[in-house]
Amino acid sequence: MKTSTPATPASGSSRFHESARAQVAGSATFVDDMREARGTLYAAPILSTVAHGRVLGVDTTAARSMPGVVDVILACDIPGDPVLASFAHDEPIFASASVQHVGQVLGLVVARSVMQARRAARQVVCRIEALPAILNVHEALAAKSYVLPPVFVQRGDAAAALGQAVHTLHGTLEVGGQEHFYLEGQIAYVVPQEQNQWAVYSSTQHPGEVQHWVAHALGIANHAVRVECRRMGGGFGGKETQAGHLAVWAAIAAYKLQCPIKLRLDRDEDFMITGKRHPFAYTYTVGFDDSGRLSGLKLMMAANCGFSADLSGPVADRAIFHADNAYFLQDVEIASYRLKTHTQSHTAFRGFGGPQGMIVIESIMGDMARALSLDPLEVRKRNLYGMDERNVTHYSMTVEDNILAPLLSKLQQTSSYDERRASISRWNAGSPVIKRGIALTPVKFGISFTATLFNQAGALVHVYLDGSVQVNHGGTEMGQGLNTKVAQIVADELGVAFERVMSTASDTSKIPNASATAASAGTDLNAHAAQYAARTVRDNLAQFVSGLDHCGAGAVQFGGGQIITPHSTRPFADVVKLAHANRVQLWSDGFYRTPKIHYDKATLTGRPFYYFTYGAACTEVAIDTLTGESRVLKVDILQDAGTSINPAIDIGQIEGGFVQGMGWLTTEQLVWNDKGVLTTHAPSTYKIPATGDIPEHFKVDLWPEANREDNVFGSKAVGEPPFMLAISVYEALKDAISAACPAHPLNVAVQLTAPATAENVLAALGRLQAS
Amino acid sequence: MTVPLTVRNPAPPVHKNIRFVRRGDVVCLSNVPPGRTLLEVLREDLHCTGTKEGCGEGDCGACTVVLAERDQDHSDQLRFRAVNSCIRLAHSIDGMALWTVEDIASETTADKPHPLQAGAAGLALPDRRRSGPLGGQGAHAVSDRGGHLHPAQQAMLQAHGSQCGFCTPGFVMSLFALYQNHVCKGEPITRTLAQEALSGNLCRCTGYRPILDAAQAMGALPPVRLDTTGLLSKMERIAPVFNALEADSSYKSPGTLKALLQARAAHPDAQLVAGCTDVGLWVTKQYLQLGTVLDITRVSELRRIEDYPQHIAIGAAVSLGDAFEALIKDRPQLHAFAARFAGLSVRNSGTLGGNVANGSPIGDSMPLLIALSAHVVLMSSRGHRAFPLEQLYTGYRKNVMAADEVLAWIKVPKSVSQENLRVYKISKRYDDDISAICLAIKLHITDGTVTRASIGAGGVAATPVRATKTEAALLGQAWTLATVQQAMATLRAEFSPISDLRASSAYRVQVLGNLLQRYWLESQGLQHINLQSYRPEPTNHAGKVA
Repeated sequence: MKTSTPATPASGSSRFHESARAQVAGSATFVDDMREARGTLYAAPILSTVAHGRVLGVDTTAARSMPGVVDVILACDIPGDPVLASFAHDEPIFASASVQHVGQVLGLVVARSVMQARRAARQVVCRIEALPAILNVHEALAAKSYVLPPVFVQRGDAAAALGQAVHTLHGTLEVGGQEHFYLEGQIAYVVPQEQNQWAVYSSTQHPGEVQHWVAHALGIANHAVRVECRRMGGGFGGKETQAGHLAVWAAIAAYKLQCPIKLRLDRDEDFMITGKRHPFAYTYTVGFDDSGRLSGLKLMMAANCGFSADLSGPVADRAIFHADNAYFLQDVEIASYRLKTHTQSHTAFRGFGGPQGMIVIESIMGDMARALSLDPLEVRKRNLYGMDERNVTHYSMTVEDNILAPLLSKLQQTSSYDERRASISRWNAGSPVIKRGIALTPVKFGISFTATLFNQAGALVHVYLDGSVQVNHGGTEMGQGLNTKVAQIVADELGVAFERVMSTASDTSKIPNASATAASAGTDLNAHAAQYAARTVRDNLAQFVSGLDHCGAGAVQFGGGQIITPHSTRPFADVVKLAHANRVQLWSDGFYRTPKIHYDKATLTGRPFYYFTYGAACTEVAIDTLTGESRVLKVDILQDAGTSINPAIDIGQIEGGFVQGMGWLTTEQLVWNDKGVLTTHAPSTYKIPATGDIPEHFKVDLWPEANREDNVFGSKAVGEPPFMLAISVYEALKDAISAACPAHPLNVAVQLTAPATAENVLAALGRLQAS
Repeated sequence: MTVPLTVRNPAPPVHKNIRFVRRGDVVCLSNVPPGRTLLEVLREDLHCTGTKEGCGEGDCGACTVVLAERDQDHSDQLRFRAVNSCIRLAHSIDGMALWTVEDIASETTADKPHPLQAGAAGLALPDRRRSGPLGGQGAHAVSDRGGHLHPAQQAMLQAHGSQCGFCTPGFVMSLFALYQNHVCKGEPITRTLAQEALSGNLCRCTGYRPILDAAQAMGALPPVRLDTTGLLSKMERIAPVFNALEADSSYKSPGTLKALLQARAAHPDAQLVAGCTDVGLWVTKQYLQLGTVLDITRVSELRRIEDYPQHIAIGAAVSLGDAFEALIKDRPQLHAFAARFAGLSVRNSGTLGGNVANGSPIGDSMPLLIALSAHVVLMSSRGHRAFPLEQLYTGYRKNVMAADEVLAWIKVPKSVSQENLRVYKISKRYDDDISAICLAIKLHITDGTVTRASIGAGGVAATPVRATKTEAALLGQAWTLATVQQAMATLRAEFSPISDLRASSAYRVQVLGNLLQRYWLESQGLQHINLQSYRPEPTNHAGKVA
C-alpha cells in the first residue's frame, strides 16, 4: 500500500472518518458520556397511555413520595409559550388539556438517578377520559382529518389520457412507516449558566432550531441559549425536529430547579414518543400503450402524519416531487392528503417523502410490464426522462443533467441482468417451492432543501500560530462523515495535510441560524462555506507572501504543507507565524448559498433542486412460497456521487442507505394495536437488518463523472439517494411472487403490502393465486 | 438503593463484594445492589463510558463486553465470551476477567510492536472497490490512551467499519472475543463465522459489509496475545469463596448443588437467575427491584453436560451456546437453527435451563426439546422428580415447580437411525429474532409407515406444546401425500394461536400446515425448498452466472 506524502491532496481519497480512531477505542464522546456537572439531576417522561382523550387530572402524589424524586414538571411550569415553536405551531410542549397519542408526554419526573426518575414516572396517575381515536389513514381520509390541507398537482389532462389509453391498470398500495433506530437514543443535557443563560448539549441534527425552541419555551432571547453537538450516534432524520422536544423538556426542568438536568430516553420511550417515517397509502389508475409507455396517471397519496404537522408538509411535498422518480409523466394528476391520526407525529427520515413517492411509480412500472409480458427493465427504460424532449418534470423543472439511460445500461451489463433473468426464469420453472426474482430500478433524487431559504450555510476556519487549522461549520456529524469531508476540502484549500485540520463540535455560538443537517445537502452547503472561509485565509496569506516575494498573489501556490512562490518555498507554519507578526488575519468566516433554485409554494412548480443525484440497483431475491419468507441474494449498485470527495465514506453511505431501505421494505414492521399502542417497541420486536441479512454479493460502483453543476469538488450529495435503491428489493420480491403464480391474469397486479414480511408475501401470493 | 417499588425479598441483606480482573489488575467493588447491571456499574460507578447502552434489553449489542473464565475442559486456557452488559447483573462476573472497548488497546502486549504505518503490515481487505488508498493516513496505530490499537480495533478502523460510532464499541468487543477464540488458535475467520459472531450486534449506518470485512481481515494484522498465565493466576486469587457470608448475602451464588437446594429452601422468595437474559429485562424494562438473587451458574454439577448411553443430561447452568453445541454434535442438522437462536451474546449468557424454566410460549428451544422427547429434572432438598418437558407448563409462564424446587437438568434422548428430525422457525428477521411460529417434527418412518411421531410447537398457544392430535393423525399411517394433507388439516385445527405483532392468527395457522408440507417435501428428497439452506449461484468476476 502507498503511504501518504504530504503532497497528496486530501480530497478524492478514502480518508478515515475523523473520529474513527476514537470510536474504535471507545473514547468518542456522546452526550451521555460527558463528565457531568455538579448537582446533575435526571428526568424521565410521563407518557399518555391513551391515544386520544381529555385530561381530567394528573395526580403526582405517589410519584413525589418515591425515593430520590425531586420534582414533577408539568405544563404549568413552562415559563414561556406552552406551544412548541415548531413550523406549524400546533404541538403543546407538555400535553395538558388533552392527549393525542399513546406516548405523548405530559411532563417529567426529576430524580437523583435515572432509574428513580423512570420508576416514579410510572407512578404518576393521569386520569384521562378516552375519546374516539383515528388510528389509520383510511379512517382519517373518511373523516377528512388533516394536519394540513390537501395539495393537488396536475399537468395536462390525466382523465383524457386515461380515457384514450390502450391499457389501464388500477391499483392500491400500502407502505408502512419506519423507526429510525439510531443506536444512540434521544438525549439532552441542559446546564444552567450565569445570568439566565443556558448551555444545551443535544444529540441533534439542528442545533439552531433547538436553540430557538428552548429560548421560546423559556421566554428568553435566542442569544441566551447555546446549543452544542459534537456528534450523534445516528440521526437519519430522527433528530431533525425530535431532538428539540427533549431539549425543551429538559430546559424547562432545569429552569424550574435551577440545576443541570439530563433527559435520556429509554429505548421503549423513544419508540413511543418520537415520530417515524410516514406510512403511506395509495390508489392509482395508470394508462399506457403496448410498448409499456405511460400516458396518463391519476395518483392519490395519503400520508399518515400522526397528531401534528411537524415536517409533514415538506415530506408530502417531496413525495409529490418524486412520484416521477426517473420517468416522464405526460398527463398526470396527483392528490396528496396530509392526514391527522392519533399516533406519534411522523417526521423526517432519510429520503424525506422521496421513498414514498418513488415506490408507487416503481411498483406501477413493474405492474405495467407484467401486464404486457414485457421485461420490467425494458418498460422502465422506455419511460425514462429524455435528453431534449420529455425532459420536464411535472413540477416544471427541466432535467438538465440526465445520465439515466447510460447508467442503467451500464448496470444492466455489469450485473449480467439479461443472462440472470433468463437463468432465473429457467430455474424457477424447475423449483416448486422457492422462487427467485430480479429487478433493476433507478433513482433520481433532487438535491436541495425544497424550502429555498434553508439552502445556506456558514463556516469558520481558524489557523493557529503553529499552522494547525480548526474548522467549524453549521452542519452536524451523525456518522455520515461530514466533518471528514469538510476537513479534506479545507486541507486542500490551504495546502496542508489532512491531519493538520480539526473539525469541532457544532455550536450555535460559532455559526448562528444554521439549517438542519438534512436533505443530503450537508457537504454541499457546509464544505462549500468552509472552502470559502479557507480561501479567504489563503488569500490573506497569498497577499502577504506576494508582498515578501514581490510577485502577484495569483502566483502563490499552496500545497504539501508549503507556500510556494516563484522565488521561495516556505513551510505553511512559518508563513503563518510571520503573517501573524505582521497583523494579517488568520481566520475567516465563509458563507454559501445554493444558486439557481426557486420554487412557488402555491403551485409546487419551479426549480426546487440544484441538481439530481442518480443511481440504480439490481437486486436478486428468493421467496419461499410455503411461508412467505424471503432472502436478498445479490445486489449490484451503480451510484452517481459526482467526483467523490471520499469514496470510502460515499460507499459507506450507499451500502448503509441501501440496507436501511431494505429494512424499510422487508423486516421493519411497525404494528399499532387497536388502542393505538405501538407494540413493536424496541429491537426485541422491531427488526432492523442484521449481519445475516446482507448478501455476500453486495457490489457498489461509483459513476465516473463530475457533477455538471458547480458543486464543491465536483461532488454530489449521497446521503439519502441510495436509500431508494432498495426499492429494487421490493420489485424483485414482486417479480418472484409473479413467477410463483405463472397462470395469474396479466391485468391483475401483484399487490404486495410493504414491508414485505413473510406474512405479507404469503398474502400477496394468496391474492394472486385467487385471482 | 432505596425503598424498592416491588420487593421480592424485603430482608435487607449484605451486598457482598464483586471482584474481577480488568486491565491486569484486580478490581474490587463493594456495596453493589444485586439488581445493578454490569453496564450501570461501568458507566455510572466506574465512569467508563466507552461501553454504550443502545436498547437495555440485550438486542442491539452496543453494550457488549468480553468476559473470560478458566476453560472447563482446558484448565490452562481461558474461555472468552462476548456478553450484553446491559442485562448482565454485575455480581455475576465475580471472579472473572473483564474487557471493555477501553481496555484492549492498552492492556494487550504485542509479540512485536505494531507498525507505526497503518496498512504497512499488509492488511488484506477482501474488498477491491476502494478508489483511494487505504493506508498511509492517520499513520499511527495508537489509541487515544497511548497504547496500540488491538487488531479488532485496527481492522475496524481500516475497513471504515465505524460511521456514527455508537455501535462500534460493541462490535469491537464481539470481534475481540472472535479474535481470542479463533484467530489466536490459528483458525480462519470465514464470512459465516463472522456473521454468527456478530449476530447480536446491530449497526444502523454501515450496512455491515465493512464490519464483516474487518472481521475477516483482523487475522492478517500483527498478532496480539494476552498473558493467559498471568490472568489465570490473578483469577485464581479472586476465585469465589463460598463461606458463611453467603447465607446473608443479597446475591447468592452457591458452588454446589447441595448448597443451591438449601439456599432455595431457605429463600423461596429469592429471584432465581442463570444467564439473566430475560430477568435482566424485568430489571431494565419493568423496573423490578431485586431484593435477593439466587444465581445457579456457579453450581459445579449444573455446569456440566453428562453423557449417558441413551441420552445426554444438560445442566441448568450450561449456556445456550454450549447446550446447542452438544445437541448439534448428535444432530448436525440443528446447526442452522441453533445459530438463529437470539444472538451469540445472548447464547453466551443465557442457559438452556433458563429458557425452559422461563417457559415463554415463543421460547425457541422448547418445541425442539418436546419433539426430542426431552425430560426435565426438578430438584429440591426433598428429592427430585423427572417428567416430559411439556408437562412442566400449566399456563402462560406458569409451571409446576414448587417454591423450593429448581430445574436442574434437561435430559435429551440421543438420535437413533430411523429418526428424521427437522425444526422450522418463522420470524421477521432471519437472525436474532423471536419466532412467530416454531415447529419441530421428529418422525420415524419404517417401511413407509410412520412408526413414531413427536411434534413440538411454539407460538401457537400460551405455552410451548406438543401437537398430540397431529401426532395421532400420523402415527401408524402410510407416509404418503394423503396422510400428510390430512395431518396438515389436523395441525391447523389443533391450535388457536393469537394475532400479535409477530403474525396474525390466520398466518400462523396456515403456515403450521405448510411447514408440515415442507417436511414432507424434504422427506421426498426435493432440493431447494428451504431458504435456510438455499444459497445463490456464485457469480464470477466477469459478472457471468457460473
